[in-house]
Order: sequence, then structure tokens, then C-alpha cells
Amino acid sequence: MTDFVLFDEEFQQIKEVIGRLKADAQAKVVFIVDKNGQQIAAQGDLESLDTTSLASLTAGNVAATDGLAKLIGEKEFPVLFHEGEKDNVYIAIVDQRVILVIIFDERSSLGLVRLRVRKATQDLERVFVAIQRKVEEEKERRQEGIDSPFAEITDEDIDSLFRE
Amino acid sequence: MTFINYAAREINCKIVYYGPGLCGKTTNLQYIYDRTNPAAKGKLISLATETDRTLFFDFLPLDLGTVRGFKTRFHLYTVPGQVFYDASRKLILKGVDGVVFVADSQEARMDANAESLQNLEKNLRDHGFDLATIPYVLQLNKRDLPTAIPADEMYRQLNYKGEPTFEATAPTGVGVFDTLKAVAKQVLMELRKK
Repeated sequence: MTDFVLFDEEFQQIKEVIGRLKADAQAKVVFIVDKNGQQIAAQGDLESLDTTSLASLTAGNVAATDGLAKLIGEKEFPVLFHEGEKDNVYIAIVDQRVILVIIFDERSSLGLVRLRVRKATQDLERVFVAIQRKVEEEKERRQEGIDSPFAEITDEDIDSLFRE
Repeated sequence: MTFINYAAREINCKIVYYGPGLCGKTTNLQYIYDRTNPAAKGKLISLATETDRTLFFDFLPLDLGTVRGFKTRFHLYTVPGQVFYDASRKLILKGVDGVVFVADSQEARMDANAESLQNLEKNLRDHGFDLATIPYVLQLNKRDLPTAIPADEMYRQLNYKGEPTFEATAPTGVGVFDTLKAVAKQVLMELRKK
């Protein structure tokens, strides 16, 4: 299975797209998580938020909903929406691989978020296609004998992580 | 599936604790959480029933330190051990980098251990992984119980591929960090090959 690799250039592009989405949708927070629960990027008022836990729970939520979809014969549920008293969470699957999460309150609306997400999703898909291409190019280069930066990890490096 | 973030200079890995119901998976995570420096850990999340049985998963993010300029972050998950939660259990294995199998040393649980191991093998295969090649550690837990059967007998029944094996008593922490270190080490070794 291929690892998911994120390079600086695409990271900046992703941040730009979700930053724009946050402004256009008048959201509080926008973040992107991969389907395994790793946070990829986030924009907005993050200080009061435990984004690591949010990422893991979002991925669990999507995984459970995906399981439900398959049970009733659907491919996936591409959008999930949770409505709260003050804050709402809108979750959309991008490119069947990553999860876009938007947290918003009464300053925005479900309709506006839905509209803005559509445009952002297309932009994000382009970035993730580019990442995939880059990872494959990288793999080819490695087959030509150019090593990954991790090829040089020594036993000593790993042991030092566990020294008290 | 390791997530290598060149932008943030981070390596993110996922480790799953697997095993039959009540074998001590959550207790392993709880001990790690209690004994880890606050700066190196996130919140321990438990999605459990009212009687504290794991319903979906427990989750603990840990920072282990820096390797070659990359921060190493490990996300530890447990699965619900009870047989009828298989659909949820399978979901947790998605994108896993390393597995710890926590076995219950009590004689009465040996069948449950074997069944759970078989279930692990199958669920990994359904995700495209192979237990024979994935980083894997066996933990023989509850060694302190009077009903525990001899460790070598357990090893004979549960050893899958000569994996590193540790005797443990999770509530007091015996063997807990040794198990974690052994699986983390294998996961990082795998990175070398990629």
C-alpha cells in the first residue's frame, strides 16, 4: 500500500484553498483529514480546538457511515451534516480519499456552505491528483537508485527515541 | 499507511491493539496515557458503552521524538473486542501500520484468543494487508492471574511468525511499554525499506 506523502508546495495550495473556503463560506474552522484519521491541514480559530481528536473522530464517523452505506447498497454517503445548538459540522468526502470538515455557526448557513464546498472540492481534487502523480514519480526515481530520506534511519536513531 | 508530511516535517503512523473482549487493550492505552509526559500526548478518547466496554475505539496520539529531522507521531487505537462488533473492528484496521495482539492468559480465554487472531488475519486481508508481513507484536497479558497458563504454552498456540512477544500485566504496566516500543520500532524499520 502506498504511503500518503504531503510536500510543501501542495500543502501551501491546500491551505490556500481551505483558507478561501473558510472566508467564502463564513465558517469558523475548515480542516482536511485523510480517511485514516490523520489531519492534513486546517484553517480558522484552532486554539480552542483539539484538532487531533477531531481528525480521528471525523475519520471514525466517516468510516462508520461508509460501512452503513455499503450495507444498504450505496457506494458512499459523500456528505454528512451534524446540526448543533450553536455550531454545525459539515463533512464532505473529496476524491474518495480525504475528508473536508467545515465548522460553522449562525453567521453562515447550510446552503452557503454547500455551495462553497462544491467549488473548493474541485480545487482540492486537482491538488490531490497532483500529489498522487508526484508520489508515483518519486517512487520511480527511487527505483532508479535515488534513496528516500528514511533509508538512512539507523537502529541507533530508533533506539534513541525510547531512551528515558 | 504512514503519512509523511514534508511540509510539517512529520511522520504519522497508526498502531492498532487487537484481541478478544476484556483482554486489556484499553488498559494498555490507559497505562501509556497515565505514564506519558503531558507534552508528548494528546487526549485519550474512548468511545465506550455505559459499562465501559469499548463500543467503537479508543484513541491516543503520542509524540515519540525526532528521527532524521522528522517528528514521529503515533496514533494508537484499540478495537472493540466483543465478537459481534466485527463490522466496527474492521473499520479501525484501515490504514494500519502496525498491530499489537493482546492475548488473555487465562485458560478459559484461549479459544477466544485463537478466534480473535483468526479474525485479525481475515480483517487485515480484507484491507489488503498480510499479517505475515505487517509489523506485529504479541502480548501475553494478565500474567499475574492464578489461572494464567504457562507462557510457553500460549506462545506455542498463538505465535504466528516468530514475532516479538512480551509477558504483561497491563494495570501495573508490566510489559506495556516494551510492547509499544517493539511495534513502533518495526514500523520505523519499515520506512527504511520504502
